[in-house]
Amino acid sequence: MARILHRAVVGLGVVGLLVTACAPGDDGDDADSGAETPPASEPAEIDEEVTLIVWDQEVRGGQNEVIEELNAAFMEENPNITIERVSRSFEDLQTTLPLALSGDDAPDVVQANNGRPIMGAFVEAGLLLPLDDYAAQYGWTERFPDSVRATASYSPDGVTFGEGSLYGLAQQGELVGVYYNRAKLDELGLEVPETWEDFLAAAEAAIEAGEVALPFGNIDQWPGIHVYGAVMNRNVPTEDIRHLGFGTAGGDWTSEENMAAAEEIVSMVDAGLFNEGFNGADYDAVAAEFGEGNGVFLIAGTWLLPDLVGALGDDLGFMLPPPREGQPNVATGATSLPFAITSAAENPDAAALYLDFLTSPEAMQLVTEKGLFPSVEAGSQQTQSQAQADVFAAWETVTADDGVVPYLDWATPTFYDTIAAAIQELLAGELEPDAFLQRLQDEYSSFVGG
Amino acid sequence: MTTAAASRPVAATRPPRESGKGRAPGEPRRVAYLYILPAYVVFVLFMLVPLVRAANISLFDWNGLTPATWVGFENYQEIVSDAGLRAAFGHAAVLIFFYAVFPVVVALLLVATMTRARLRGLGFYRTVLFLPQVIAMVVVAVAWRNIYAPDGPLNQVLRAVGLDGLARAWLGDFTWALPAVGFVGTWVQMGLCIVLFLAGVSKIPRDLYDAVRLDGAGPVREFFTIVLPALRNEISVALTLTVIAALRNFDLVYMTTRGGPGTATSVPAFEVYRRAFQVGDVGSAAAVAVTLTLLIFLITVGITRVAERSEP
Repeated sequence: MARILHRAVVGLGVVGLLVTACAPGDDGDDADSGAETPPASEPAEIDEEVTLIVWDQEVRGGQNEVIEELNAAFMEENPNITIERVSRSFEDLQTTLPLALSGDDAPDVVQANNGRPIMGAFVEAGLLLPLDDYAAQYGWTERFPDSVRATASYSPDGVTFGEGSLYGLAQQGELVGVYYNRAKLDELGLEVPETWEDFLAAAEAAIEAGEVALPFGNIDQWPGIHVYGAVMNRNVPTEDIRHLGFGTAGGDWTSEENMAAAEEIVSMVDAGLFNEGFNGADYDAVAAEFGEGNGVFLIAGTWLLPDLVGALGDDLGFMLPPPREGQPNVATGATSLPFAITSAAENPDAAALYLDFLTSPEAMQLVTEKGLFPSVEAGSQQTQSQAQADVFAAWETVTADDGVVPYLDWATPTFYDTIAAAIQELLAGELEPDAFLQRLQDEYSSFVGG
Repeated sequence: MTTAAASRPVAATRPPRESGKGRAPGEPRRVAYLYILPAYVVFVLFMLVPLVRAANISLFDWNGLTPATWVGFENYQEIVSDAGLRAAFGHAAVLIFFYAVFPVVVALLLVATMTRARLRGLGFYRTVLFLPQVIAMVVVAVAWRNIYAPDGPLNQVLRAVGLDGLARAWLGDFTWALPAVGFVGTWVQMGLCIVLFLAGVSKIPRDLYDAVRLDGAGPVREFFTIVLPALRNEISVALTLTVIAALRNFDLVYMTTRGGPGTATSVPAFEVYRRAFQVGDVGSAAAVAVTLTLLIFLITVGITRVAERSEP
């Protein structure tokens, strides 16, 4: 809006402007895609006064404390660099970032959400700096495993996702797994399941005992993507999931395996494993209920860890969605929103220094102390709770199996809308599995093929 | 200003100019434009310019970041050809029923009944009925989302009276989500309609009622010959306000269902937001917004015209 207004004020003689005005988005001053960082092998010294404007969305309890403490420590260590922090909620950041980045007064460092709709679009528009030189200088390439860097890597034209140049660095990890209530399992006389078959059997036993087996709140549409992913990962080969998730050629939504996945989740609904009316249930409310002891297994991401630990303490456990007998561990995961340097950054070297500080071993330790999940070096941390230890162990296991797969909604710029609505329809029986898969395939193939 | 001048006898406005003593009070003067200038500047800057700008953007294919491509009226053709967008406008039509038609009809019936019986504590009821209008829509949405929740108060009541079969996840049900959202609109708009109509009814002289009753008219006749014609202007105002509220409905859908389940409750205003900020199709979002603006304008003009035409 600011941009539109700005333009409008400049050209006040508006009416004739309707057709003849310059096309939106064409600023005249073409932002160079910024591949001009000197290929030095050592990080540059920052000896001038620098102000870094940083936009982040780390506003929840522990996250906010992490950033506040790290910013203070960074400014103490680098007295000539001042950090001006602008923090917004996730949603507010999503909606304001595009305008902020394309304006004249863009921030220097931003948290850009993974995937084609946000980060990919910024890369395509040349609004972010590729970080490859800094990655070499600071040793990020060695510290961050391929699977973590892939989620922030694009070709410079933004077309290829999952490989190419590195555009962001994330401080925290994310993993969709299964939380379980240990006390509840004991009460029901159930073991922690080790295979998918055991998991489904345990869920059915829970239902027979009158419990909600898999509490699920899907009114906001996106949680369905995570639950569907957990089932899909049991049925579809890892490589196919990556093609479909990163939106690269070679996948097929209508394959036999995908059909099996769609049919399996429908049969889980039919068996009553999920609570009744999940499409109208609230995600946070369901998680809170699980924290109060209602529900046995909660399929959800590690972002709920601090809240659930607070509610259930040592009764809370976390595991990877168990694989089928003899299959490798596969789980949907990624990083939290990566921090990226904008092309408008006046001093990219200082911004890179800040990124390195945010993801330093000390920072990872602080992240752990606040009960969160660091993006690297989780294995060497002193954990704060049983469930946090479970999360870290799960991460080690799944990365050892090279089993981290992307979120399904990253595939195309509009795939979130398509799949979020389609899953609700599939689970409500409004859409048959084959029609469901065909709808996804249509969008995927027209994106990959075109 | 002009009407004041026009209603003045011609003789009274002309001569003073000839006599060189200046103008009569109320005669239009150029300086008047200076008085409206501040408001006009604000209007141009914050209403007209963005509107023209949005119309401009709607002719481009633009993701908000990279340079746009000119596509002419393709974005508008899409509104007709895209089944999802057509459905969104269809949902808006359903919401007009819940937001406008239903509250106006029910409010008319209630008010007509109230004219026949003196009600104690009318002021109290009027305040309570008007309250939904005062509460921020976001708060209304959060409250109703809880009421409609699978274990929420509505389902609890249904189960308590043995209607278990009717209990459902209202906002997650493909059939019931749209009516459920619409009913919240009814709840919000009903108070506005009743308060408007009560004010209108209080202006009707009592002897008119006595006259028709002497003629032997019953309550139905009384309603159609006295109450309805007397409330013509109020009905027009109520319809205009509620129809606009129905068509521009964004906050309620955003806070309750996000257009779901599936796309069962997507509405044009929500599509504008979704396309501009989630999907990155700013051109199409602008086209939907312009279409919606035109639609609201046309419907509003239509309602006013009908109300004026039926002027006796």
